[in-house]
Amino acid sequence: MTGLALHNLRIRYGHLEAVQGVDLHVDDGERVCLIGANGAGKTTLLKAIAGLLPVHAGQIHFNGHSLLRRAPHDILRHGIALVPEGRGMFNQLSVAENLSLGAYTRTDPLAVRQEINHIYDTWPRLGERRHQPAGQLSGGEQQLLSIQRALLSRPRLLLLDEPTMGLAPLMTEAVFASLDMAHRNGVSILLVEQNARLALAHSDRAAIMETGRIFITGASRALIDDPTVQAAYLGL
Amino acid sequence: MGASASIFSPVSVGKGLLLVVLPLLLQAGPGAAWVRIVDMALLYSMLAIGLNIVVGFAGLLDLGYIAFYATGAYLYALLDSMQFNLHWPLWATLPLSAALAGLFGLLLGAPTLRLRGDYLAIVTLGFGEIVRIFLNNLDTPFNLTNGPQGISLIDPIRLGNFTFSRPHHFAGLTLTGTQQYYYLFLATVIGMAWLATRLQHSRIGRAWAAIREDELAAAASGIAVRNYKLLAFSLGATCGGFAGALFAGFQGFVSPESFNLMESVMVLCMVVLGGMGNVNGVIFGAILLTVLPEALRMMGDWQLNHFGHIWIDPNDVRMLLFGGALILIMLYRPAGLLPSPAQRREWQKKLP
Repeated sequence: MTGLALHNLRIRYGHLEAVQGVDLHVDDGERVCLIGANGAGKTTLLKAIAGLLPVHAGQIHFNGHSLLRRAPHDILRHGIALVPEGRGMFNQLSVAENLSLGAYTRTDPLAVRQEINHIYDTWPRLGERRHQPAGQLSGGEQQLLSIQRALLSRPRLLLLDEPTMGLAPLMTEAVFASLDMAHRNGVSILLVEQNARLALAHSDRAAIMETGRIFITGASRALIDDPTVQAAYLGL
Repeated sequence: MGASASIFSPVSVGKGLLLVVLPLLLQAGPGAAWVRIVDMALLYSMLAIGLNIVVGFAGLLDLGYIAFYATGAYLYALLDSMQFNLHWPLWATLPLSAALAGLFGLLLGAPTLRLRGDYLAIVTLGFGEIVRIFLNNLDTPFNLTNGPQGISLIDPIRLGNFTFSRPHHFAGLTLTGTQQYYYLFLATVIGMAWLATRLQHSRIGRAWAAIREDELAAAASGIAVRNYKLLAFSLGATCGGFAGALFAGFQGFVSPESFNLMESVMVLCMVVLGGMGNVNGVIFGAILLTVLPEALRMMGDWQLNHFGHIWIDPNDVRMLLFGGALILIMLYRPAGLLPSPAQRREWQKKLP
C-alpha cells in the first residue's frame, strides 16, 4: 500500500457533517485534483488529512500507516505537507525565516541551506527579498513562498488548498510551474482548486466533490471532455 | 542591541559602571526612597521579561500574569515567616517558588490551548482574579494566607550568613539594605534578560514566532503548537514566581492587595510600551512605568519651592498625566519605544 488512501471518511463540525463518507486515493507520484463549489468540504478534507481537524469516522492511511488521531507535526514527519488556504504566511518574519521554518522538522542544516539557496536561484523574486518580511510580498510571491516552504520539509505528498485564489494569470502560471517541478522531483500532489480547467490540465486524476461527497472520479483528460463536467465546472 | 560590539567597549564599560554606582548616587542625591523605587523597577523588569515570553514571543495575551508573581511571593512568605514558623533557606524557597508558579502556568495554559485573542485574555483575567480571591479568603477553614491582612514579618533574603536587609561595610563604604537588594535584583534581571534573549534566538524562539504569526501554518510546518504554548506559559510564569519570591523577601510583607488586576495591566503596559518581543525594550518599559508615576509625585515639592504654594495636587493629576503619557507613546511609537525588528517592520509597512 503506497500513497494516500481515504476510506469512508466522515468529518463533523458539531452536528453538521461536512464530509460524508469520502473514498479517495492518491498513488505514489500521482497528481490528483479535487474540484467543487464552495462549501463542498474540500478544505475540511485537506485539514483532516493534515491532522488539523479530528476525524469522526473512517480511515486515513499513508504508505500503510494509519494517520488517525495523530498530531499535525507527526503527519508532517510521515511525509505529508499542507499549503494552507490563504497561504499561511508568517507575515512579520522574513522570507528567509519563513523558509527555515518550513525545514523545522529536519536535522540536516547544511542540506537545508543548499535547498534554500536553490529556491532563491529558481525564484529570483524570493531571493531578492529574502530579508524582507513575507507580509510585504505580492500575493503570488507569497503563494510561491508558501509552496517552497512546504516542500522544504521534503514531503512525499503535497496538499494544496486553492493556491491560485486571487492571483493574476501570470502568477497562476508560476504557481503551476512550481507544482510541475515538484512533481518531476517525485512529490505526489493533492490539489484543491476552483480553477477547474487549469486543475484538470495539471493533474492525472480528478475527483469532483459536492456537499460532502465525491460523486465523479476519473482521469483528468476524460473529465475535461465529459459533458456534465463541462456544463457544471468549465462553463461550456 | 549591538551584540557584536565588544562588552569591553568604552560605552559598555561606562554603562556598566553607571549601573554599579547608581544606588550610591541615588542615596547621596535624591535620597534613599529612590533606591527603593529603582529596586521596584528591577522587580517589574523581571515581570516584564517573563510576560514578554508569553505575549511578545508566543503572542498569547495574558491579563492575569500577576497571579504568578503572587504565587511566588506567597510561597516564599509561607516558607520563611512566623506564619507557620518556618524559615527555609533561600536555595530551597526560591526554586520552589519559581517551580510552583511554573506549574500554575501549565494549569492556566492547558485548558486555554484552543483559545486565542480576546477569549484567551478573558480567561487569563479570570485566572488572575481567582488566585487573588483565594489568597484573600484562605484564612478559613484553616488559616493559610491570613486573608486580607496578608502575611507580615517575612524573613529578609539571606544567602548563607549574608542578610540583605542589614547594612554591611565594604571597603570603607556602608551599603544599606535597599542598596544591597539593588545588586541582587540587577544580577537577576541581567541573568533573566540573557536567558530570554538566548531563548528568543533558539529553535524554541523560532517556533514561538511562528505560532504568534499563524498558528495553523505553524502546525502545518511541523511545530508542536500545544507543547510550545505550554512552555511559553510555564517559562513566563516561572520568571513571575521567581520575582515574587524576591519581592516577598524584600518587602517583608505580602497581601492580596498587591496582586490586583491593575498590576497585571501595568506589567502588560510595560511590555507593550517598551516594545513587545524585544527584551531590552520591555526592561526599558518597566523602568519607565515604575519611575514615571514616582517622578510625577515630586511635582508637589517642585511647586512648593517655586510658588510657595501647591496649585495642583500631584495626587489628583498623577494618574491623569500618566494616562496621557501612555496615549502619546502609543500614538507616536505604536510598536513600542524600543520595538523588536519584526514589530518595527510590521509598523513601517502600516504607517505612511
